[in-house]
Amino acid sequence: MKKLIDYTKILRSKNAGPLFITFDLIFNSREDMKYVEQRLTKEQIAKAYDVFTDKIDIISYDIVNSIKITFPRKNISGALADSDIYGCQQHMPLANIVL
Amino acid sequence: MKIVALNGLLGYGYSKEALDIAFSEKVDYLGVDAGSTDPGPYYLGSGKSFTDRSAVKRDLSLALPKALEHKAPFIIGTAGGAGSEVHVMWLKEILLEVAKEQNLSFKLGTVLADVDTQYVLSKLESGKLIDMSSEFAADKDLISQSTRIVSQVGIAPIIELLKRKADVIICGRACDTAIYAAPCIYEGYSHGLAFHMAKIMECGAMCSEPVAAADVMQGYIYDDCFELRPANPIRRCTVDRVAAHTLYEQSNPFLIYEPDGVCDLTNSVFTQVDDRTVRVSGSEFIEAKEKTLKLEGVRCAGYRTICPATIYDPKTIENIGLITDTVTKFVAENTKDTLPEGSYKIFFKTSGGKESSMGVIMDVVGKTQEIADTVCALVRSRMLHCDYDGRRSTAGNLSFPFSPSDIHVGAVYEFSVFHLAKVDSLIETSKIKIEEV
Repeated sequence: MKKLIDYTKILRSKNAGPLFITFDLIFNSREDMKYVEQRLTKEQIAKAYDVFTDKIDIISYDIVNSIKITFPRKNISGALADSDIYGCQQHMPLANIVL
Repeated sequence: MKIVALNGLLGYGYSKEALDIAFSEKVDYLGVDAGSTDPGPYYLGSGKSFTDRSAVKRDLSLALPKALEHKAPFIIGTAGGAGSEVHVMWLKEILLEVAKEQNLSFKLGTVLADVDTQYVLSKLESGKLIDMSSEFAADKDLISQSTRIVSQVGIAPIIELLKRKADVIICGRACDTAIYAAPCIYEGYSHGLAFHMAKIMECGAMCSEPVAAADVMQGYIYDDCFELRPANPIRRCTVDRVAAHTLYEQSNPFLIYEPDGVCDLTNSVFTQVDDRTVRVSGSEFIEAKEKTLKLEGVRCAGYRTICPATIYDPKTIENIGLITDTVTKFVAENTKDTLPEGSYKIFFKTSGGKESSMGVIMDVVGKTQEIADTVCALVRSRMLHCDYDGRRSTAGNLSFPFSPSDIHVGAVYEFSVFHLAKVDSLIETSKIKIEEV
């Protein structure tokens, strides 16, 4: 079983401002990008992050064979319950999605 | 026209040789970003910078004389890390110190971008405050509790100071792109190209390989395209890097939202010109019908005491839920006569646990530092000795890396304002000043 991370050369998370988290997936080839683009669903992401599907944006960016995923942070950066101020270690639930 | 980015963040350092190379040909403008919300709300709240004073001074002391010698206006955005008045003054003091030591004189422009709670409340009441996230709605109480609020200004106040012939501009909270887009637009170049180039340049040499926020980037803007080439000969810009950087920290790779409008990259074309240079063309700009400024404000959420520890016993890790519940109930019971209701919050911030160990930070935020200390001490001692079925490690559940085990973190701030405000003028929040140094 291949995981999402196995198709990517870059898979990162980061704040897009303190209210949003954004994920950049950059693939080794156009084929890998298309394969993931066709299979990865908002439902899978919603389950991995406990977020509603209608809050998730998925945008393909062909120039560098990449897909961007963005949704609002539940605990905004620096909220008392937050434990990742920069948001740059939130990518593993996404990385582990089995396709 | 040539514009140089000193690095991705003032105080992060850069190669002096790279700066010399950048200035070995004519430079029209020099810029640097000096702040970010990435490190969280504390810095705006406390008035401190997340960058180090001596590192900021080093970065300025090489760059300032270069800019003045070459008559390249030097634009610094989001001064002092968070860009409020106290942050601008902090950076100004360092700049004046450098000027005095090197006997430099120049025209200094400053932009303050602070707003007060009344300004935000009146925007809310007149329906001119727009939420950015469904998870963070504008709230009258939160706005009123804010101790410091800044607006993220765009190109307008910087252009105003360029018109008045400022040699150095220290700007309060500003869009990162404004630093580099303002001079391009002031000189008559296209908004689309100016904002797209600015978006990539504001991180210094982050768009090159080997990647570095801590190095000099060169931008060349023309009527129909712009080119990027790192100053340091060990680095090169590639189409992949530059295009990938367009994604970075943005919610949408095709649209960059600015106070003046939106930069649309749908038709951008990236071309490798030579081994180290990338050309970009086709970026467009759509002016907004309604102009907006982003407002950022913080409030004090209490005082924090933390206690970090590690658990190695798998049986203890297995029972972590039960332990934290027991501890929380115990503390509530023990303090019900001594502490006011709702005067503290306890968080157990754990990591790992599935493998060989679990890190846990007992995190207490109280209305006062004293309350946080009291609660954290109770949490720590109760958690250390908390019993569960089948417990063998009866001497203690936690390994403490430090003595003292409990650490005062001090005042804690949270974002209380993070919304867009519809404005009549893009300089309505700017206080602009120009003076001889």
